[in-house]
Amino acid sequence: MSALLTIDDLVVEYPGRVTVRAVDGIELSIMPGEVLALVGESGCGKSSTARAVVGMERPQSGSVRYRGDAVPPLGLRRRPHRFTAMQMVFQDPNSSLNPRKRVGAQINDGIAAATARGAAGSTPGEWIEAVGLDSSLLDRFPHQFSGGQRQRIAIARALAARPDLIVADEPISALDASSQAAVAGLMRRLCLDAGAGMLFISHDLSVVRVIADRTAVMYRGKIVESGRSETIWSDPIHPYTQALLSAIPHPDGRGILPAAPDLEAPAAWSTLMPEALDRS
Amino acid sequence: MRAPVLQIDDLTIGFGSTAVVRGVSLDLHAGRVQGLAGESGSGKTVTAMSVLGLLPRTATVTGSIRLGDVDLLGLRRRSLSAVRGRRVAMVFQDPSASLHPQLTIGHQLTDHVRRHLKLDKAGARSRAVELLTRVRVPNPENALGRYPHQFSGGQRQRIAIAIALACDPEVLLADEPTTALDVTVQAGILHLLRDLAIERNLAVLLVTHDLGVMSAIADDVAVMRHGLIVESGTREQIFLEPTHEYTRALLAAMPDSAPAVRAAGADASAPDFPDEEGPS
Repeated sequence: MSALLTIDDLVVEYPGRVTVRAVDGIELSIMPGEVLALVGESGCGKSSTARAVVGMERPQSGSVRYRGDAVPPLGLRRRPHRFTAMQMVFQDPNSSLNPRKRVGAQINDGIAAATARGAAGSTPGEWIEAVGLDSSLLDRFPHQFSGGQRQRIAIARALAARPDLIVADEPISALDASSQAAVAGLMRRLCLDAGAGMLFISHDLSVVRVIADRTAVMYRGKIVESGRSETIWSDPIHPYTQALLSAIPHPDGRGILPAAPDLEAPAAWSTLMPEALDRS
Repeated sequence: MRAPVLQIDDLTIGFGSTAVVRGVSLDLHAGRVQGLAGESGSGKTVTAMSVLGLLPRTATVTGSIRLGDVDLLGLRRRSLSAVRGRRVAMVFQDPSASLHPQLTIGHQLTDHVRRHLKLDKAGARSRAVELLTRVRVPNPENALGRYPHQFSGGQRQRIAIAIALACDPEVLLADEPTTALDVTVQAGILHLLRDLAIERNLAVLLVTHDLGVMSAIADDVAVMRHGLIVESGTREQIFLEPTHEYTRALLAAMPDSAPAVRAAGADASAPDFPDEEGPS
């Protein structure tokens, strides 16, 4: 089976007084029906990676291939239809939904993208019910929903385009803690039902662990550890992954403070360990 | 147990005809961290804000908040400002919003100390250096002349904590103090808060939706929902033997406590929260 998405030696830079290399030569691939999580802390380059994958950022070098073809940069022109099979879900549903358009009409835009590609048609009602909302809500506007419901609508809109690749950039971090795991689980289920692959970007390792097949840990623009989620979670070998995992406080009621790394980032975090990549 | 430092009794806060806090009672004890958990809109932040009289004028507040033998709710503006920052201090979620962007750290720290503690310039400066050293801001002498934007998010929160502690308050209100921070940085701040509560005999009110954070440093926990405290007790009681259905649902929604989410196909379309939108 050939990969849905192949990222090869991707470099993203932001020019300025000092050029910032946000993504520094990363390799990733996603197979159909697979959820790959990209995790790391703020400023590590994970969002730049997502933007480069969908063509919102022009890579300095390296390539992003979707089903073997380079993803064209997103411009003012309409994209070739085939690339609408790649859909994005952003962190903030307030900025990704049109505030002046009824949610039914917005989901319809997604359906139109699917039929234009020759995919089977559907109705907005099916999608809004798939994300756990009632189809009687279709003629409402985004502001009439809570934050969690809006994100569910943004997910429904993305899925309505019948994507075979979803790129989700922190899709759950704006939600209440109690609904994060549920929405993440929902995304995984819907994605797999449709046979699609997903690049799921998050800073929250505990959520990633329950929904991703594979995980890649990013630090300062580089992938420092990658492989099967369960392996990385139970037996991290890179010092940065270890620090990241042990800093998570667990809701076990035992009053244990998580381990705090030194104020200055240890040099060991930046070392590259070939044995930490592609772990099975 | 000794008499509480701060006693919130039957606090009710309404905006117009909507009651957002309904009869909340809480005691804060010296050297202990009282956690207040709940989802967005549960009334936890409004409860913390009411202690310092930071609610908008349109709010109607009844009940009592006693600090020693003073009822804070009965205080006029002028007497309240003698309490604010002096006896009761607050740390907010976003340190970039609570620090003045155009004033140096030294200015913000010494202003406060000189005003409340009536110290001279040199005395205030040495007090500021001592505080920054305590919260482990590197190179404190030099930090006094710098501006907030020259520090990282974690360091800014340390500085905000230093300002809060400047006048040796008896009570520290911390509203989501680590929510905006990366997990490795969060761990450091949690250690700091825990240590400060003990060494300065501070009564801390920790407001957070993050049950992991709660479990790490809270001694006692109260769970709020729709303006009511649905359950309260020691940390062990709440986490290990929750009796209220809502507390159980909150705990079960944490990805850590639900490794079965993925196996079960994560049925998120039916979250276990009855009437998700709250009372109308």
